[in-house]
Amino acid sequence: MSRNPRTELVITNMSRRSFLMGLGAGSLVLAAGLPILGGAEEEQKKYAGEAMPHGLRDDPAIFVAIAADGTVTIVCHRSEMGQGVRTSLPMVVADELEADWSRVRVTQAPGNEPLYGNQDTDGSRSMRHHFMSMRRIGAAARRMLEEAAAAQWNVPIAEVEAVDHEVIHRGSDRRLGYGELAGAAAALPVPARETVELKDPSKFRYIGRGEVGLVDNLAITTGRAQFGIDTRLDGMVYAVVARPPVYGGKLKSYDDTEALKIPGVLKVLTLEAAPIPSEFNPLGGVAVIALNTWAAIRGRDALKVAWDDGPNASYSSDTYRLTLEAAARQPGKVVRNVGDVDAAMAAAAKRVEAEYYIPHQAHVTMEPPAAAARIVDGKCEVWACVQAPQTTREKIARQLGLDIEDVTVHVTLLGGGFGRKSKPDFAIEAALLSRAMDGRAVKLTFTREDDLANGYLNTVAVQRLEAGLDESGEAVAWLHRSVAPTITALFGPDSRHEAPFELGMGFVDTPFAVPNLRLENPEAAAHTRVGWFRSVFNVPHAFAIHSFVGELAAAAGRDPKDYLLELIGPPRRIDPDSLPDSWNYGEDPAIYQVDTGRLRRVVETAAAGAGWGRTLPKGRGLGIAAHRSFVTYTAVVVEVEVGDTGQITIPRVDIAVDCGPQINPERIRSQMEGAVIQGVSLATVSAATFKDGRVEQRNFDGYRITRIDQAPREIHVHLVPAEGYDQPLGGVGEPGLPPVAPALCNAVFAATGKRIRSLPIGDQLSA
Amino acid sequence: MVTLQINGQEHEVDVPDDMPLLWVLRDVIGLTGTKFGCGVALCGACTVHLDGTAVRACVTPVSFAAGRRITTIEGLSPDGTHPVQVAWRDLNVAQCGYCQTGQIMQAAALLAQTPNPTDVDIDNAMSGNICRCGTYTRIRAAIKQAAAVTGGAS
Repeated sequence: MSRNPRTELVITNMSRRSFLMGLGAGSLVLAAGLPILGGAEEEQKKYAGEAMPHGLRDDPAIFVAIAADGTVTIVCHRSEMGQGVRTSLPMVVADELEADWSRVRVTQAPGNEPLYGNQDTDGSRSMRHHFMSMRRIGAAARRMLEEAAAAQWNVPIAEVEAVDHEVIHRGSDRRLGYGELAGAAAALPVPARETVELKDPSKFRYIGRGEVGLVDNLAITTGRAQFGIDTRLDGMVYAVVARPPVYGGKLKSYDDTEALKIPGVLKVLTLEAAPIPSEFNPLGGVAVIALNTWAAIRGRDALKVAWDDGPNASYSSDTYRLTLEAAARQPGKVVRNVGDVDAAMAAAAKRVEAEYYIPHQAHVTMEPPAAAARIVDGKCEVWACVQAPQTTREKIARQLGLDIEDVTVHVTLLGGGFGRKSKPDFAIEAALLSRAMDGRAVKLTFTREDDLANGYLNTVAVQRLEAGLDESGEAVAWLHRSVAPTITALFGPDSRHEAPFELGMGFVDTPFAVPNLRLENPEAAAHTRVGWFRSVFNVPHAFAIHSFVGELAAAAGRDPKDYLLELIGPPRRIDPDSLPDSWNYGEDPAIYQVDTGRLRRVVETAAAGAGWGRTLPKGRGLGIAAHRSFVTYTAVVVEVEVGDTGQITIPRVDIAVDCGPQINPERIRSQMEGAVIQGVSLATVSAATFKDGRVEQRNFDGYRITRIDQAPREIHVHLVPAEGYDQPLGGVGEPGLPPVAPALCNAVFAATGKRIRSLPIGDQLSA
Repeated sequence: MVTLQINGQEHEVDVPDDMPLLWVLRDVIGLTGTKFGCGVALCGACTVHLDGTAVRACVTPVSFAAGRRITTIEGLSPDGTHPVQVAWRDLNVAQCGYCQTGQIMQAAALLAQTPNPTDVDIDNAMSGNICRCGTYTRIRAAIKQAAAVTGGAS
């Protein structure tokens, strides 16, 4: 079989960094439409952290250092963007190490996956993949301290025990602090992985308790926390870039006469445009270098730039919506088929159909993309708020023509990530600009306008659902067409179907017990950079599915929660491969199945917490939705009040989560609270729209974010306990988001009888 | 040359009169606790105090700040023990933390004026400050805790 060069390019990019896409190796092949590789590949299939680039590392010599004064320094190799990873992962190490948390310091690893293992902080994977390796690191280090003490006392190791930052000899009550043992312990060989003895969970001192404060609390509350945008280097200059406003556009001409007259402007230079598909590369344009950011912005304002807008010049959200709707009304590629939907639909007592529209979403991290770089003696150093430091390093090395060893990427705190900072375009720009300034330190900042104009938006989608109900109102036929441009179009311009990792986000893996079910995925072309956004394709899939469940319950005259539980069906464990979900979030289908019992339990937990069924005053309503994503189960009940003029207030949200063992319950709660508010935001006010190929929203006046006065007044997080720490972990960062918008719109329906089928709600209720 | 009094210290800076205080603080003086979020007073990340009143540094010309007492997050308290800072840590308000310095400065100004704020007071004072991570419920709780600690009902 011949391969076209473009497809090979896709494969190269994807396989090198498959994690970024959340692609398993198998799904990668399917995504690109290439034949499945031979049997040998199948036999070696890996899952979870081991399947990620550079896998997992659990060497305490790399992750733990103990100083003579007893201070324990633990390396965090994942990026902190608000999920609490700099607290939670070191906390796991410290627990197994029997370290006193007040004597623990956390240091951030630079991008170096051969050393630290996978560092891509995305896909709700950090704790899910690294819990056991962090435990082994702490336990191995504890063992080494015990061995060192036993040797010093010349007693059998069975007589010593590490407790609370010291090793105790049981027979004599002799004690040695960790600082006193550090030198000898470090000289010992690291115990083999299979000999490392993990703690009995009953002895956990931090894990599962949620009593450890954030390691960066003091720095954050005093302004000392260092984000990428806060980097300051000797002799540093400041840059902003005028980029093509249309994806695929190029610089036609520019005049920098006026820009160079702005006080503080040092230089104006051009950056080469990346061809479509642009992958993670900078878009090119005209850079203004100045003595401070403000001068650079003013200089850019004074530029006269003409663009060749290229093939996406006519991209318009209004007309593209019609394109998506037209596709949704025609048969598309069948991605799952059970029974005979057409026959069942024809025989149904009642038919219901609905179309849902979900616009592009922008990450708008509060810290816009920003990075600083300098090149000294052929070595490039970058400070950046990146979720994928190794990818950043690889890309910069390639763009600058340097060996990867000559590129260092220091990972700062991330002022929000949500997937935007998985793409290192801004860090590459900083490095290119430093090279253009002969290695001088340059800080590149995206203004908010840049962030919106040149982002990687969540997909835009039309979801069409049809169902046939029997006389009792039970769904006997279910047809769902998902139409949305794919992220893989970033890597292959002809990609027009959802890849397995997108189909597997709440679409093909729907667990509903409907006897006749067909899922189709018609084509959709991308006209902008579609990228990962928190929860990714789960957002449109879950919004449509759970709004539709609400519509079916209404059509059947049933309670929405009861109807949802009936659709989920009895508790059972479904093999993802049988769904057919070839992705399953990269997890082993033998370990991570679709457990409808767990899905039912979160529904019942959220409903009980919210007092489902209680009588509400006029204008108020409760809505419910539940979703499995990132191998975690969440359910949300929203209570909404709709005023006379259509204004929405949200007195209360209940969210139940079953993510398996809860390692840091405090941060799980905060992630759920944040997901609820982000979900309210995208449901009520946020949308990125296009006209003439350009994003229409320029700042927070156009791209609106829910503020404190419109946020839910109360959020109650209900953690469903796991049976034990040997149960598989689920993700936490993303799963809270998908059920929020449909639960909210179901609540609006309960309150008003009005069905929202297009997000955001905006002023639809004021009519 | 403009003379600024920031956190009790005088700074002489050679910048244009219309340069926003935000960029003077961040790029010229090096006080990076005041954050850039929007540049047009829509998000509150750059909130500082001018003579005790919360303002958006991104739209405050440096000439307007001259001769006034400028307080940034770095100078809110000598050691990070302002009741608002303490409450923020007690409740682990922060997620990414980026907007929190602006939130804290806004909340501190609110409590200085309104020691015992109602929910509506909090809404009115804080709705100019965006948090993309969604920490609003904890922000509200932390403001109430700080108010209680400072004996709001004075």
